[in-house]
Amino acid sequence: MQSSAALRAGIESALGGRLAAHLRWRDRSAPERVPIGIAELDGLAGGLPRGSITEIHGLASSGRTSLVAAILAAAAGREEICAYVDSSDVFDPASAEAAGVDLARLLWIRCGGNPEHALKAADLLIQNGGFGLVVLDLGDISTQIARRIPLASWFRLRRSIENTPTVMVLLERNHTVKSCAALAIEMRRERVIWSGAPACSRLLRGARLNAVLPDARISRKSVASERTAFDVSAVR
Amino acid sequence: MFAAVHAPSGADPARLVECASDFSPYVEEAAPATVTISIDGLAHLFGSAREIAEAIARHAEELGLAVHVAVAPNPDLAVHGALGFPGVSVMEPGNTACLPVEILEPPPGIADTLALWGIRTFGDFAALPADGVAGRLGPLGAHLQKLARGEGSRPLVPSNPAPRFQESLELEYPVTLIEPLSFVLGRLTGALCARLESHGLATHELRLALTLEGSDSFARTLRLPYPMRDARVFLKLMTLDIEQHPPPAPVTAVTLTAEPVNPRVVQHGLFIPLAPEPQKLELTLARIAKLVGEENVGCPQRIDTHRPRAFRMRRFGMKKSGDIPGWQRKTWMLPRTQGCPPDFSLRVFRPAIRAQVLALKGWPLEIFARGVRGRVLDAAGPWRTSGDWWREDAWSRDEWDVALSDGALYLLYRDRRDGQWFVEGAYD
Repeated sequence: MQSSAALRAGIESALGGRLAAHLRWRDRSAPERVPIGIAELDGLAGGLPRGSITEIHGLASSGRTSLVAAILAAAAGREEICAYVDSSDVFDPASAEAAGVDLARLLWIRCGGNPEHALKAADLLIQNGGFGLVVLDLGDISTQIARRIPLASWFRLRRSIENTPTVMVLLERNHTVKSCAALAIEMRRERVIWSGAPACSRLLRGARLNAVLPDARISRKSVASERTAFDVSAVR
Repeated sequence: MFAAVHAPSGADPARLVECASDFSPYVEEAAPATVTISIDGLAHLFGSAREIAEAIARHAEELGLAVHVAVAPNPDLAVHGALGFPGVSVMEPGNTACLPVEILEPPPGIADTLALWGIRTFGDFAALPADGVAGRLGPLGAHLQKLARGEGSRPLVPSNPAPRFQESLELEYPVTLIEPLSFVLGRLTGALCARLESHGLATHELRLALTLEGSDSFARTLRLPYPMRDARVFLKLMTLDIEQHPPPAPVTAVTLTAEPVNPRVVQHGLFIPLAPEPQKLELTLARIAKLVGEENVGCPQRIDTHRPRAFRMRRFGMKKSGDIPGWQRKTWMLPRTQGCPPDFSLRVFRPAIRAQVLALKGWPLEIFARGVRGRVLDAAGPWRTSGDWWREDAWSRDEWDVALSDGALYLLYRDRRDGQWFVEGAYD
């Protein structure tokens, strides 16, 4: 059986240089990465790739929103303009500000539980260009509805964001974007940190979170599963 | 040569200026109800100085103004002639001898002195020796005597009224659809932007006034975050706005007014952070607002209150780094990686979900709510807050942080006014 390389060489010689573009993979340079803002995760993932979709998924109270807030705070440190497309209207400005997000440079779009509007709004923002970070929050959309979003929509978003300096972060319950995400981070809560005696002087101190990288597509490595743990603190 | 036009019955100054502007762009509002214009070069059109003055008087009459017109070699003499002589007059320096000195409007001290000396007319005043007048009445007296002699030599000081950027179009037949209306708007915005460009100006506010069938009117105001001058952007923004707020009846006339301001000047640089292009962003925001509603697009702003989760939405505008005070910048530029753990964020349920809570001595044991159901594994609280007791929307609540058996952490509160329980959000 003829190998693909031999077949390609045969076709190229038959065309005799009439085609400028050869039948080879387009070389892609590694995308620029920006820090996440959490040292443990930066060490694990190497930052968020620009011009790509990063998916953060996990169950409720797994720390997805805290991670996104840290990413927004890091973008604020770079003085970038950010957008938060909130499909279920759950964003809390007070928590975000406490996490270090610059609210004056944050565009918040509340979609009232309509994921279709959220997707369109995110697409318009990416088409507009100039945003350092666009967050699409589908975290409270049920798995059934999220799975009904056609894969073509994600491909369209991926194509739109390619070759732009924008970082797109997608917050979800499950891993639905599949191969359109350049980086996927799964969040899990290891334990809740309480202090004080139960039913007496109890205080929520925070949580120990785990971030798991199912694989690292950008670096084309077949890494089985990498994980790191970090704490988040609750402020009362 | 100069011509002064005086309306003795006190006409509207704007109409008098409009009448004078039809003859010359150099119009000075010399005194109340009096304007002075330069008539140099009008001889080719109207003939002699008298013919020019007569043409001005005729035009004023057509506009419904009763005026006195005087033509003279200097502006002051023309004004005195218009104030002192009725109808049309051509002034020479010696012609004003019979005019009363009150026309010169001397200050009270000089007026009293002239009355003591028995000076009643321009001729009397002009006949006095100049050195003596200067010695006794000072420089102002000497200046007034020069005016009385018709020897004024000051230049005309034309007033430049601010240009009005307004374009109107009356339609031959009422327009009911947005598409034909957008063609009309396109023409008006194009003309308006061309005028703004010719003056080196931009606008941050566009006012659209539509006259509707049945003499009703409909107005929309488009406020822009930055001064702009792009006809295509204006047209698209107005079309999007009209699509969201359509006029209630067919349109018979369109008027578009722009508020002129200086254009935005931006210094670009190599190290300036990434930001969207303002004009493009405005269009994008208008499109998104059409999709999700205007009130749902903007920038969150904390309100200075103790009310939990209070915020307001304000129009999104990219702030420059310099606009943010240093003490605020320091807060959000604090590096989070230097041993400082990130905060546990809250996902707020809007509105809060009403819950049935099984409690023992006020301590929640089990929660039943839409989408939230489980046994309380651990809880911290209550934290009591209250405020705004003098208002109808006062709040008084006991807050709890609870870990449920469904695996999530919730913020639960009990409204102390009616005893109802609510799930306000989930820590995530």
